[in-house]
Amino acid sequence: MTKPKNPRGTPFEEVAFPVFEMPHVGKARYNYTTGWALGRFLAGLKEGKILGTVCKKCGRVFIPPRMYCSYCFREVDDWVEASGEGTVHTVVASYIEATRARAEEPKIVGVIKLDVPGYNFDDHFFPGVLHYICGASDEDVKNMKLFGARVRARFKPPGQRTGSITDIECFEVVRP
Amino acid sequence: MTGRNLNFKHRVAVVGAGLTLFRRRMLETPQELAWLAAKQALDEAGLTLKDIDCVVIGSAPDAFDGVHMKGEYLAEGAGGIHKPTVRVYVGGATGVFVPIAAWWHVASGLCKRVLAVAEEKMSHSAKPHPQYVFRYIWDPIVEKPLNPNLLWIFAMEMHRYMYRCKVKKEDIALVAVKNKRNACGHPSAQLCDPNIKVEDVLNSEVLVWPVNRLDVSPVSDGAAAVVLASEEEARRITDTPVWIKGIGWTLDTTHWTNRDLAYPEYVRRAAEMAYRMAGIDNPRRQIDVAEPYDPFDYKELHHMEGLGLAKKCEAPILTREGVTQRDGDLPINPSGGLLGVGNPIAAAGLMKVAEIFWQVRGEAGARQVKKPVYTGLAQAWGDLMQAGTVIVMGI
Repeated sequence: MTKPKNPRGTPFEEVAFPVFEMPHVGKARYNYTTGWALGRFLAGLKEGKILGTVCKKCGRVFIPPRMYCSYCFREVDDWVEASGEGTVHTVVASYIEATRARAEEPKIVGVIKLDVPGYNFDDHFFPGVLHYICGASDEDVKNMKLFGARVRARFKPPGQRTGSITDIECFEVVRP
Repeated sequence: MTGRNLNFKHRVAVVGAGLTLFRRRMLETPQELAWLAAKQALDEAGLTLKDIDCVVIGSAPDAFDGVHMKGEYLAEGAGGIHKPTVRVYVGGATGVFVPIAAWWHVASGLCKRVLAVAEEKMSHSAKPHPQYVFRYIWDPIVEKPLNPNLLWIFAMEMHRYMYRCKVKKEDIALVAVKNKRNACGHPSAQLCDPNIKVEDVLNSEVLVWPVNRLDVSPVSDGAAAVVLASEEEARRITDTPVWIKGIGWTLDTTHWTNRDLAYPEYVRRAAEMAYRMAGIDNPRRQIDVAEPYDPFDYKELHHMEGLGLAKKCEAPILTREGVTQRDGDLPINPSGGLLGVGNPIAAAGLMKVAEIFWQVRGEAGARQVKKPVYTGLAQAWGDLMQAGTVIVMGI
């Protein structure tokens, strides 16, 4: 005897049954508030700066910034500015879009561990962001050369910035 | 009664389990799927709905079924009408969280017999693709504007793990091969493939390097259910109850870009909680069979390490040596897992709990592992590399 015994269910291929299609849920659009910490972070990006917050009790630096230290559960003490440079912590090559459609060109994306002058970070907890990586090919991803590579934020020209994470075009490889 | 880190009134046992088929698309509505699984679990326990005091429902994001208030919607098919009914949710970790929540209903003395049901119907969100629905789990301010696909985060975790542990894709593909072959013994399985080879996985479509299509579990419809009872009731219902020995769950922060993804802290902490309660201090020796969560092949390895079933970076070696096969010393995912049986999210997690139930009772038939089973473990993971849920069961 193998359990489950005769599991039921009707695979769709067998019973070409009509579905009831609704294109989408109304026309709902979201206006996300940026909040206390990320609001200032986005304003900083518009000025070409990457800002974070610091908890002086445990010494953690938060980028993306938080209003509170979630570990000490107290308000952060200060703002810090990252240098704009960092190290590639992990990296992948995406051949698909958000919709699952095949992408025309592979997109290189990764987590960048950011440098903040005056602070050192281990690999356990560090300021880091998700972003595109440019100046590298999918081959550099596959042979793992990009791990640990030095990168620098490439900002859009000041006039084109809108106060968004996309004010940074990508992180450009400066030294493999 | 006192566990090592918890106080509770009653020991709790699983006394019945049920499953539907797992398939890419099924005719049945979510309510109908929930009913099919719930009815089979009740039948197996020899109970009717009248015997059930409370109902716990689990389902992953509402967006898949396309019905908000999915718990309330599913309540009817899950047997929850006019009863204390609750729906729980921790992303992919939900499936194992359902029996955990059902456990505290019984352990507290509040309910004597609880029906726990998990359901997912991913085919409803068919266009452009169910993956698109995952868009709403990313941070709306700092991540969503970059147009991420869900696979990015898995690919990043997998690649970081490969980098830190010096693991090759070939070694990771062995997991997909094992699980898709194991699934051939499972009557519900969606992706049984007795002849699949490592090359098939490596040659399948590259989605987000290092993830190929066959490294990933499929999109599925399905439901699962278990019945839990207090010790007194369980002994009345069956001669072979399977006891819940330990439970654990924890959450980490959504800020996944600030953490090292090479090692799953979110699983380790949940496992430690469950092990303390179950009195397990050497999981590698004391767990006879395990169903770690395997939505991706590397995740099985990663989670084995988080669970302490392998040392850091050791899981690929155990896999290559055949230790994790059904006839091995530490059988891992004998059901076929999510990669083989399928991944209707919450239902897939509960399927793992059902598998441990059947393995402990010796009812897994074609899938029964070779070594005797006294203690088994099921685990699920969820959200942005955050949630860990662990359950230890045994005789």
